[in-house]
Order: sequence, then structure tokens, then C-alpha cells
Amino acid sequence: MTGPLLAADNISKFYDGRVACDKVSFELWPGEVLAVVGESGSGKTTLLKCLSMQIALSSGRVLYSLRDGRMESLADLSEAERRFLMRTDWGFVHQDPREGLRMGVSAGANVGERLMAVGERHYGRIRDTALDWLDRVEIAGDRIDDSPRHYSGGMRQRLQIARNLVTAPRLVFMDEPTGGLDVSVQARLLDLLRGLVRSLGLSVIIVTHDLAVARLLSTRILVMQQGKVIETGLTDQVLEDPQAPYTQLLVSSVLQV
Amino acid sequence: MSLVLKISRLAKQFRLHLQGGVRIPVFDDLALELQQGEALAVTGPSGKGKSSLLKLIYGTYKAGGGEILVRHEHDWLDLAHAEPRQVLAVRRQTIGYVTQFLRVIPRIPALDIVAEPLLERGVAAEEARGRAASLLERLNIPARLWSLSPMTFSGGEQQRVNIARGFAAPYPILLLDEPTASLDEENKARVLAMISEARAQGSAIIGIFHDAVDRKAVCTREFDLDHLKSDKA
Repeated sequence: MTGPLLAADNISKFYDGRVACDKVSFELWPGEVLAVVGESGSGKTTLLKCLSMQIALSSGRVLYSLRDGRMESLADLSEAERRFLMRTDWGFVHQDPREGLRMGVSAGANVGERLMAVGERHYGRIRDTALDWLDRVEIAGDRIDDSPRHYSGGMRQRLQIARNLVTAPRLVFMDEPTGGLDVSVQARLLDLLRGLVRSLGLSVIIVTHDLAVARLLSTRILVMQQGKVIETGLTDQVLEDPQAPYTQLLVSSVLQV
Repeated sequence: MSLVLKISRLAKQFRLHLQGGVRIPVFDDLALELQQGEALAVTGPSGKGKSSLLKLIYGTYKAGGGEILVRHEHDWLDLAHAEPRQVLAVRRQTIGYVTQFLRVIPRIPALDIVAEPLLERGVAAEEARGRAASLLERLNIPARLWSLSPMTFSGGEQQRVNIARGFAAPYPILLLDEPTASLDEENKARVLAMISEARAQGSAIIGIFHDAVDRKAVCTREFDLDHLKSDKA
């Protein structure tokens, strides 16, 4: 592919006259991992929700390159095309795995469900694929029939990742994926994510307030403050040679990035 | 000989917004050309911008003005104004960089850290690991350590892993920031030999070497940043 996978074109979002996201434009190319950083309230989660069609834009548009090569505005897609993006071509990893998982069914069913949504009906194949994915996210195969209610926070998060990646999405949105986990569990999850992102060639937009997470996973950074993008660049460049006063403050506030 | 890098009118200053907006000038009009097969030693007292120059060429520091033209594949690309994805492509294929310290990632084995630049070029995993193993062996990292994360390695061992990684894939341009610091004599000799071999195979090298003997052993030319400044004064 010779163009961007996704392009945000001047998108804004207002809540009751308050600006949450202010004229944001950027392109995401295939294989890029873009970290959106900024403090709470900077508009980064709103931006992620706008991009992934979870909330409507106030103005602007989001263009996406469909698998047949057409670059379309998300607002103009048919219902079937939208469903395909949500169920198959996109993944969404929430900070709280309970939002991304179905807590009432088994781990295997959580993974298998997304496969069934794309037409897989063969029980044996679904179970084998689910087992394979549990293994890739380092969950023992004998836990496949357990409910995620009986999983630890780190395991739930890894299960959520498996559920998202099983359909081979091209784009994964992540909202503070390591947010609720303690440090040792975070490190393991980050390594796992880093390995999967690289081996699968995923394109990712990850929202995080943790610059160490951005450093480890992303190739590019977009810094937000008060709804605006105030700086963007290669990850190592933004972290080692930040230009904007706010970015310098963010970087200098971290003990070690 | 052919030109691989051409820097002109390069300017860089740091502006520290949190410290009253103080400006720290580094370069205001730097020019530099590098030919294939050359090894250039960047010299000058500490604080004159030796490491900054390497970071500007690699894109870790943002140029304040001027051009950094690099021959990437068959075209010239101005790194001072390139898109992030273009800079990443240059890092994958054209410019290698051995930093002063290894950035350790928890849980990633030393062998994989060294093999990574080859994997990113699409080299098959087995071949990449084979090449990584031969480099680690050459740099005296015992095989029992290869499957461990270098988190717990000594400073010298980490530096040798870092060097092995930097030399895993061949690059037309190689940036070396004090590659021989913290190495014993035997390992230093091996690293100097690897640098000379890379040059013989056509790489152009820009390096910082504190030790004048090391510098003389591998470099064909010196570029003195102190002199550059006093010329302008």
C-alpha cells in the first residue's frame, strides 16, 4: 500500500460548547505505532473515540483505507462496512478489560466469538485457534474454559488482546492498555504487545499518559494539550529533544524515560 | 569514492522553556561531507556538540535549520525535513548508530536484541540469529548469557551487546558514539577491527573516540568542532 491507512482531517469535538478535541489532523501509515500522549483532560481519549467511531465528530472527517484500496470517509460507510471494521479490521483494547471482554462466558468463547462474527462455524477450528491465541498471549491452555472473572488483571488484559487480534485486524486502538496493572505485570504486557505489534506488522494508535509506554511501543508521538496537537515527531526525537514548553514539562516530569 | 552524506548550513540550538527560555547554541553553520569508505573522527572538548552532531544526523535531535542530505537507496533525502516514516526507513537501511549505552528492554534476550535490525530488514529469523550469535561470540559474550535479557549484564557486556547490534546489519553510514569506552584491551582491539572491516566493505563512519590511539587506528580524517567554532569567532 502506498498511502496512509487512516487520516484525520481537521477533526473537532465539542461537549456543551467546551472543546475536547480541536482541529486535529494527522496521517497514520501502515505499520506505524502512534502514541497519543498528554495529561488527563488533554483530549486524547476523546480523539481515540472520534477516530474509532465510538462518538460522533462535531466537524472534520476521518478517512480510512478499506481492504479494497478505497479511501473513504468513515461517516460515508455503509452499515455492513462499518460492522466489518468494528468486528474484524479493527481492534479496540480498553484500559479496563471488563469493557472489552464478555465476563459471563469462557476465555475460549471470548476469543472464538470474534471468529464466529466473521463466519467461522467449525467448532474444532475455533477452539484450536483460540488455544493458539491463548498461548501467544501466555495464557495456559488449561484455562480456556475458565471465565475471565477468575483471571487476574494481567491475564484479563492479555485475553482482551487475544480477542482483538484473532481476526487479524489491520488497525488496533488502545486506551491506556497497561493503566490498571501493577509495574511487573505492566512490563510483561508491554513486551508481549511490542512483540505482537512487530511480528504482525500492526498499525496502532495508543493513548497513554505514560511516556515509558510510548517509548517502548511507538514509532511516533503526538502530544496533546487542551484538545490541540501541540507537537508531533519520531518517538525518540520528541522524548530527547522536545520543542514545545508543555512537552518539555511532560518529559522532565518523568524520572527516567 | 562517492558522496554519501552532505550537511550544509546546519543550525541547532536548545531552548529550555522551563528555565526561563534560555537558549543554548550548539551549531549555527555547520558543513560536512562524507565519502563512502571514509572514517571521520569528530573531535573537540566535551560540550562542543560531538554527540549532538550524531543525534542530528540520526534524527534524534531536530535540526533548527540547514540540510542533512543522505544518499538513501538511490536518492538523496534531506533528513532535516523528512517525514518520520522516511527517517525510520533510513535507520533501517542506511544509517546505523551505536549509542553510548544500551537501551535494555526487560525480558528480551541478548541474542534477539542483536538480531533485531536484521529481522526488521526481513532477514529470516534463523539466519538473523546465526549472525547475531557469531557477533556475540566474536565480542566474547559467553553463550550461556545469550538467552538472558542484558538487564543484569555488566556495563562492558552491555556495551558489547550494543556494538554487536550496531554491526549486525551492514549500513552505508555508521555512527559510533564512543564505542570503545568501558572495554578492556582485548575487546577494544576486536571492536576496532570490526570498524575497519566495515569501512573496507564500503561503510562510511563517523565516530567519537576519546582515546587518541583508537582514533588514529581507525580514522582517516578528523573533524574538529572546537576549531569550527573558533573559526567563526
